[in-house]
Amino acid sequence: MISLVEVQETNKMIREMNLDVRTITMGISLMDCAHSDLKTFNQNVYDKITRSAEKLVKTGEDLEKQFGVPIVNKRISVTPIAIAAGSVHTDTYVPVAEALDRAAKEVGVNFIGGFSALVQKGCTKGDRILIDSIPEALAVTERVCSSVNVGSSRSGINMDAVKLMGDIILQTAERTKDRDSIGCAKLVVFCNAVEDNPFMAGAFHGVGERECVINVGVSGPGVIKRALEEVKGQDFETLCETIKRTAFKVTRVGQLVAQEASKRMGVPFGIIDLSLAPTPLIGDSIAEIFQVMGLEEAGAPGTTAALAILNDNVKKGGVMASSYVGGLSGAFIPVSEDHGMIQAVQRGALTLEKLEAMTCVCSVGLDMIAIPGSTSKETLSGIIADEAAIGMVNNKTTAVRVIPVIGKDVGEMVEFGGLLGYAPVMAVNSFNCAGFVNRGGRIPAPIHSFKN
Amino acid sequence: MKGIITVLGKDKVGIIAKVCTYLAEHNLNILDISQTIVQDYFNMMMIVELTGATKSFEVIVEELQLIGTEIGVEIKLQHEDIFNIMHRI
Repeated sequence: MISLVEVQETNKMIREMNLDVRTITMGISLMDCAHSDLKTFNQNVYDKITRSAEKLVKTGEDLEKQFGVPIVNKRISVTPIAIAAGSVHTDTYVPVAEALDRAAKEVGVNFIGGFSALVQKGCTKGDRILIDSIPEALAVTERVCSSVNVGSSRSGINMDAVKLMGDIILQTAERTKDRDSIGCAKLVVFCNAVEDNPFMAGAFHGVGERECVINVGVSGPGVIKRALEEVKGQDFETLCETIKRTAFKVTRVGQLVAQEASKRMGVPFGIIDLSLAPTPLIGDSIAEIFQVMGLEEAGAPGTTAALAILNDNVKKGGVMASSYVGGLSGAFIPVSEDHGMIQAVQRGALTLEKLEAMTCVCSVGLDMIAIPGSTSKETLSGIIADEAAIGMVNNKTTAVRVIPVIGKDVGEMVEFGGLLGYAPVMAVNSFNCAGFVNRGGRIPAPIHSFKN
Repeated sequence: MKGIITVLGKDKVGIIAKVCTYLAEHNLNILDISQTIVQDYFNMMMIVELTGATKSFEVIVEELQLIGTEIGVEIKLQHEDIFNIMHRI
């Protein structure tokens, strides 16, 4: 029988430590929507999404009531549009993005991911149309998220796409400059993108996935932080064990919600994403965890090691708590969505270079970082190439979601609102890399032996 | 189906009476009650059987919440699974 102490512990996590299920994301295949006529295709897409996700938001709300745990977001991911819309006779996919946006609004989800292209080895006609449509699509829609995979450990890095994405990011920033270039907050450039990620902005429903699936992302930096406060000053064994135990409990809640959601909607359960995702709330921050671990600020020497410990032990604890683990699974370090990270930047403790080092040991990459609007497209491509190289060589997912804020410079604040948070514009190394990124072609896949 | 009711707030006369009356009216059977009072702070947990309840789970959650607001304490009903899954392997 459950004891009063156990009940209190769970409810304290929810009430005081911001324990929540971060997202229930329904993955929907759009493969059967293919049509050569743009209008018909869009109608097929709209119909399929609104039909499949009809009960998604209601189910999420019911589960929230039943278990008394907040389920913050209900979202949808779809087949990469560059693939699904490949046979449409058109030179722009902006109307497709608008159809996705309408469908998202109709079913009441706050984001829909999958305005995506997978171009790690090269671009098809559809991929190119999609990439060219991104700036306008993100400017005219509200809830559509876009991602482009430019590299993988198996294929190497498509440097033509890296070069192109530098330009696309700048165009996207320019198109939404009246709103602090927010379009870029909905655009991710990946290396080794995963097919079952439930988190935005990088979610899409991979081609290896089934017709429709429920993926769940858990969270709980606040719960980990509070648990670590209890073992302050103790050795690394205790530190790691505490993270593992806590991650186990947090993940179990996600597993329960995922199973129940899957049962109620009659849609198979896919995976749990074991990610620690911060929000701008106090007490829901990854940087605060570093501080409890003994670092003055995120970015101090030791931060990469602290993050490696956190990331690894969240996985170790979480894996046993769930029958299927997938997605990005790790700690996220988005700057604008974590007030502790913002503070670290403002105090000069955290730089872009340190963040890059941190991405070697965690998911996902340079995330939600505001940079000066004057940053050149070549520099953006250089940043993407560096991050993709880390992912390619280390067999992990990496990503770049930076926001060159048009009209703003280092130190100025940018307000994205809601979960996307706020951020100070960070300095970028502006030494020229044009001669490198403009070479064109591909970086061959790395060797996977002789690991040194 | 079993649910866990928790009541949290400043101690006063009639908290249990109020909750139990509601439960009886809607045919919820109480299987177990435990409570602690620390420095005037009332903390109670009840395990209840919901099979046979005359209203749906979601409605009972809302109505208990309302009773809580009325008497100035926090009343929560949750499905027992959230506690079982977190604390039992």
